[in-house]
Amino acid sequence: MNVPRHWRETPERYRMEAAKCRKCGKISFPARLICPACGNKVFDKINLSGKGKLLTYTIIRTAPEGFEDIAPYAVGIVEMEERVRVMGQITDCDLLNLKTGDKLISKFRRINEEGKTGLIMYAYKFVPDVGI
Amino acid sequence: MKEIAVIGIGITKFGELWEKSLRDIAVESAINCLEDAGIDRIDSINIGCMSSGLFNGQEHLASMIADYLGRLDIPSTRVESACVSGGLAVRNACLEIAAGVSDYALAIGVEKMTDVSMGKATYALATAADQDYEAFHGITFPGLYAMLARAHMERYGTTREQMAQVSVKNHYNGSMNSNAQFPFTITRDTVLNSTMIADPLRLMDCSPVTDGAAAVLLTTVEKAKKLKKHPLVVISGFGSATDSIALSHRKKLTELQAVKKSAAKALKMAERTIDDIDFAEVHDCFTIAEILVLESMGIIGPGKGGPATVDGYTALDGKFPVNPSGGLKSKGHPVGATGVAQIFEAVNQLRGNSEKRQIPGVKIGLAQNMGGSGGSSVCHILEAK
Repeated sequence: MNVPRHWRETPERYRMEAAKCRKCGKISFPARLICPACGNKVFDKINLSGKGKLLTYTIIRTAPEGFEDIAPYAVGIVEMEERVRVMGQITDCDLLNLKTGDKLISKFRRINEEGKTGLIMYAYKFVPDVGI
Repeated sequence: MKEIAVIGIGITKFGELWEKSLRDIAVESAINCLEDAGIDRIDSINIGCMSSGLFNGQEHLASMIADYLGRLDIPSTRVESACVSGGLAVRNACLEIAAGVSDYALAIGVEKMTDVSMGKATYALATAADQDYEAFHGITFPGLYAMLARAHMERYGTTREQMAQVSVKNHYNGSMNSNAQFPFTITRDTVLNSTMIADPLRLMDCSPVTDGAAAVLLTTVEKAKKLKKHPLVVISGFGSATDSIALSHRKKLTELQAVKKSAAKALKMAERTIDDIDFAEVHDCFTIAEILVLESMGIIGPGKGGPATVDGYTALDGKFPVNPSGGLKSKGHPVGATGVAQIFEAVNQLRGNSEKRQIPGVKIGLAQNMGGSGGSSVCHILEAK
């Protein structure tokens, strides 16, 4: 991956920055130029709280290139407190005891790296929200 | 708008075609199609191909395929919408005929997937998902459908055994298709004991990586009536629709909206209802996909797709046969070719030419092809006249 392609997503990946439509209030993650609910083009930036619950998930056993080292790993869709859905990995948990409806919270983690001299990509992953 | 007829169909063997190139199979399917039509005239070419760039390092198929077909003076267009590229190439050919721009419109679907390693193929396929917000996090295509499967299982109680039966049924149908990549029967245990790929989906829930091509030649019904070579088959309706590219942005995880809308549009155009349809070729890229598609199109009620499959409703001798060709699972899934290959099967069924897997007396068929995790879908209604 070339460097700008990763850093241009920094607001979303590092601090879960989303866009709240100034007209209808719908939150989009990632940010969009046109609100999918009302077509408005003016937004306010907000940061998602990182808290949500697991809607559905899978455990990846056959991983794509670059993820072979961490398989098996869980990926799920999380419904955030702000009623916006985000896909991400779920980690620091017993994969076989994962359940839909589990409360999760986002943490800043390493997603992938391109060898010894390449890019190291960071972003959110989700972990069980135990209230600490 | 002019009425559309299918006058020629052609296909290659589906499988690992080591000795043939991308251009070889595309042209071979077109030659077979023109021989079937008994006509040597093409006014336009639409080529459905998802990713010759990543699979073969080759773009610009519009020129290459026209060149190797020996038709350098006609309009040629490459169509891409992930796994629905082929279906959309057929739709574009329909538009050519309907608009009166072409009298003879050729649609080719092609994908040559085995020129790269399995890791590279998985990467190429994952480009049909949202690269920055899905694939970035390590999701795969089986993984996306696995998440849909889990949602369906939890909402409706769909079971692993019910999903496995989709694969068993399609392999049974495919065992009678000499063009299929895996023309053999399997048991439910074969599926349930196969390698776990992305929980709860196993290897035998997944369609394979395949090389293959298919082609159809369309003209107006008026012109087709003057040809006596085959029974007349018309395309009475077509519809296409899209949904969010990211699975996380779907309103529902237990229904595919693009499939629902594309089927409704095609039926409306054909002035038919789903109850008029005799059989369907649908996009079973994963076992759960067939269940979701049948429910989304209204062929079976919500949550009833699994039990109906086990009860034989969708079997070759059932009330509503689905995927008589063997589907993507057994026939193979050369992604860009799949949508055209579905039309090939539907036309053969309507002509009464499907040999051992012929469904007796069918008059109206539906072909449904989709891209990604349901981000795009196209349906065609075909009728024997």
